[in-house]
Parts: sequence; C-alpha cells; structure tokens
Amino acid sequence: MAGAAEIIARLIDQHQSAILAEWLSLQKEAGALSTGRIREAELEVQSREFLGLLREGMIKGGVDAGHAAHEKVRERLSEISRSRALQGFSPSETATFVFSLKQPLFNALNRDAGHDAKLMAAVIWAITLFLDELGLLTMEVFQKSREEVIVRQQREIAELSTPVVKLWDGVLALPVIGTLDSERTQFVMENLLQTIVDTGAEIAIIDITGVPTVDTLTAQHLLKTVQAARLMGADCIISGIRPQIAQTMVHLGVELNVVSKATLADAFAIALRRTGRTVSRLKGAEAEAAKKEAAVARGE
Amino acid sequence: MATKRTERVDIRSSEDVVRVRQQVRVLAVEAGLSLVDQTKIVTAASELARNTIDYGGGGEAMLEVLEDGRRRGVRLTFADQGPGIADIEQALRDGFTSGGGLGLGLGGARRLANEFSIESTVGVGTKVSITRWKA
Amino acid sequence: MDRIPILKMGRALLVTIQVDMHDRLATALEEDLTTKIVAVGAKGVLIDISALEIVDSFIGRMLDNIAAVSRILDAETVVVGMRPAVAITLVELGLSLSGVKTALNVERGMALIARRLEAEQEAEDGDEED
Repeated sequence: MAGAAEIIARLIDQHQSAILAEWLSLQKEAGALSTGRIREAELEVQSREFLGLLREGMIKGGVDAGHAAHEKVRERLSEISRSRALQGFSPSETATFVFSLKQPLFNALNRDAGHDAKLMAAVIWAITLFLDELGLLTMEVFQKSREEVIVRQQREIAELSTPVVKLWDGVLALPVIGTLDSERTQFVMENLLQTIVDTGAEIAIIDITGVPTVDTLTAQHLLKTVQAARLMGADCIISGIRPQIAQTMVHLGVELNVVSKATLADAFAIALRRTGRTVSRLKGAEAEAAKKEAAVARGE
Repeated sequence: MATKRTERVDIRSSEDVVRVRQQVRVLAVEAGLSLVDQTKIVTAASELARNTIDYGGGGEAMLEVLEDGRRRGVRLTFADQGPGIADIEQALRDGFTSGGGLGLGLGGARRLANEFSIESTVGVGTKVSITRWKA
Repeated sequence: MDRIPILKMGRALLVTIQVDMHDRLATALEEDLTTKIVAVGAKGVLIDISALEIVDSFIGRMLDNIAAVSRILDAETVVVGMRPAVAITLVELGLSLSGVKTALNVERGMALIARRLEAEQEAEDGDEED
C-alpha cells in the first residue's frame, strides 16, 4: 500500500493540469492578480514550477516539510515571499499562494478512486501539515523582508535629514534635524568624516538648532564626533545650542570641550577668520556694478 | 547559532599579532561587517592579542564566523595559561596610563565589541571572548 | 630587517608608514627618528598614516613617544592622513593622542610646521631688535 508521500506525488503527476487550473483560479479569486503587481502568465509559471518542485521533494523526502529533500521547495517559496514582500503585497496575499493549494489537492484525491477512508484521512492530514508549515515559512520570510525595507528606509531618512554642506573652501556645515540616536549618530559621524577627507575641510560646523533635546547620550555622541574629527586634523564648532539645552547640559554635568556659538552665522564668521579670510564691503566701481546686477535680478 | 568558520592562531610573538589582525580582517569581511565595524573588531583583536603575549606569556586565539538566524558575526576568543587577573573590575577600568596595570586592552576591547566575556583564575590563566555582529 | 625610510623635506622629516608594524620595526623607527632629528636639526616630524587601516594602542603609544621625544629636541610632530574608520575606532577605544598634533594631509602638515617656524623666526627677530 502506497504511503501518503507517494500518493501525493502520483496525484500531482496524473492530475497536474486540473490541480494547476484550480489552484490558479483560487488564487485569482483571493485577489492575487487584482493588485496588478503580478501578471497571470507570471503567476502560472511560478505555480507550475512550485508544483513540480513539490512533487520531486515528495518522492525524495516524504511529507516532512523540514526534510532536506524539500530544500528547493523552501528556497523557492522564500524567494517568492521575499519578492512579494518587497513588491508591497500583504502577508495574507503572500500566504494564500501556499494555502490555496490545499483544496485542489484534496479534490484531486477525491477524484482518484480506490482509497479507503483511513488512508484518505491520512493523506489529507499529511497535505494539511505540510502546507501549513510552508505557509508559516512564507510569513517568516515576509516579515524579515519587510524589516529589511524598514532598515533601508531608516538609513535613507538619516541620509536625507543630515546632509553635509560646504559653506566655503575648507568649511563644512552639518545641520542636524531631529534626535540623535546611536545608529543615526554613527551614520552621521561617518558621513561627516568622509566628507572632511573628500573636501579637505579644516572646519566643520555642527548646527544643532534642529535637535529638540540633548541628553547625556546625545552629548556623548556629539563629543565623539568632535574628537574623531580632531584626530583627523579638522576642528569643529557647535552652533545652535538653545538656552534650555545649555541648561540641561550643565545640570547633567556634560562638558562639551569644544567652541560653541549661538548661531550658525556666528560660527561661520569664526570659521572664516580661522581659515584666514574676511568678508569686506565692495567699494567704488565694483560696488556700482554689483548694485546694477542686483537691480537686473529684481527685474527693474 | 552556528559556527560557519573557525581559525586558530598561536600567539607567541609580535608577528603573530599581525597575523591575528589579518585573519580577523578576513573573517570580518566574510561576516559582512561594515568598514568601521571591521576596523573596530580588528583593533580589539590587536589589543587582546598583545595582552596575551604581554601578560599571558603567550597563548592561542580562536576566531569564528557565527550565524545566528539571519545575522552574521565574528567571535574571537583569546586564551592563555598565564598568571591570571586578580581583580577583573580593576583591569577593565584601567586607563591608558602607562606603567603597570593592563593598560587599555581589556576596557577598550570591550567598548569596541557588542558582547564581551572574561574568565580568569590566578595561577591558572585567562580567557577573553568578544563578539561583533553585523549591524 | 627592513627599517622605515625617513625623508628630509626642508626642515622637516617625513615618515610614511605603510606596513602592518610589528614591535621591532616600531622601536627601530623611534630610534632612527631621534637620531635624524638631531643630525639634520629638524624642526618638524611628519608621520603619514594614511595607509594604516588599524591604529591600536601600541601604535598610539609609539606616536605619543615620538611626539614627546621630538618636543624635547625642539621639533614638532604632526600626524597626518588618519582614516575616518580609524579615527572613530580610536575615540571608542579611548585613545586621545593628546600629545600629538594632527592634520588632514602632508600638505597641511607641512603648512602647520612652516607656520610654527615663521612664528619662531618672528620671535627671534623681535629679540634681536631689542
């Protein structure tokens, strides 16, 4: 008497087109194509290939979904889940791929005459367990893929919200917006230091006007950034420390061993002087020419 | 948690410290660590390898690439049969002030790693283990 | 055994560290530098570490030592070219290298030393006029 695995493999073998057709129709019913993210032809190929791998696995490894023989099945399923997750499918939509295969297999089993009730029950149970486990696998892979997306987006947000700006030759500004957590600070620090190297900056102005609160940890992070820049031969000025923050830092006993100025403008003025420059008023002919340029720009 | 790769390095001379650094770099790259994290773990390895020679009378390093679910990491274990450390807390707190003491090796290595553990018995030896995971 | 070459650039000495240094090499460098500073009357020592991927406490101590000895011999030491990853790691490690001046690259380092020489020269001229 054939075991459950052999029966399932034979079912797939003999009733492939019927199973496939039913499975596809159930997936479509569940809305697999409605979102427009995947085309019917693609879905058919995915389903047919998956069915084939499943059959092979059954022959070689039986009904245990964790068996080594089913590794290709699990891999393929992981790939499909991952791509669905990245495309924006919902977890249910992704899991439906697996779960909707149950019915067609049960139906095929029914049509296949000549099995006693006990054996049929055993096969149905085997199919159920097998596909349930695969269904859980899709959920896990889906979850992890979504987490990857979140991490990547966090990094992008960090990049966007802390651009390093060149104010003048040798002078950089780093306007920080929002709170500085460990990971973000790490990223900001690396970005600033690399930019110092790339532009040959002598001074970096870190403006924290946009930082709502500075706790001990944030202050430490800032300090580390300043120390690292100094080790590389660049100096830092911190600007935009609001009165409340100054008070908090004193109360917390934080010592920021670095020059700090109230505004970015003040810090810029110092930076210019330190790099041997000054800003002076235009005189005579040059002044006249500049006035004319301004008038033209205003459309007069 | 699985160990995907293990390397052992004997630490007897300062050339071995260089060898440890190079090997740890290879493993750190294999674990997919970022450049900064690679630098941190290799530097920590250098400190601990030196300690093994300077205070442990030589020993052995076991370098492993770990895989825990989906994340990868590097675990380094330095073991010696030296005099051991009487006061571990003190050793961890010591600053870079020269002249006696265990310098910055231990404390520094701990700060550079995600996980740190140390076993030491006076007269028997010391075993220090650090792990750095891919962020 | 190889020794790290020391170049003379004007009144400064330039050392480029490119290999993973082991102890004997480091000690040899300290000795060679000390000798040469005196021999050529150098006013500055430039140590280029832009090729170093790792700076541990040993190298850190070596740099501190060189800076201290140079100072006694009236020369200023400038360490140039530290990589970002190294700087971040040193800060985490707790190595401050407080006795050492740093600059972004050799050019800036030389400028630093030149400025110091200028300042000294002016001071000397000032003294002469008195």
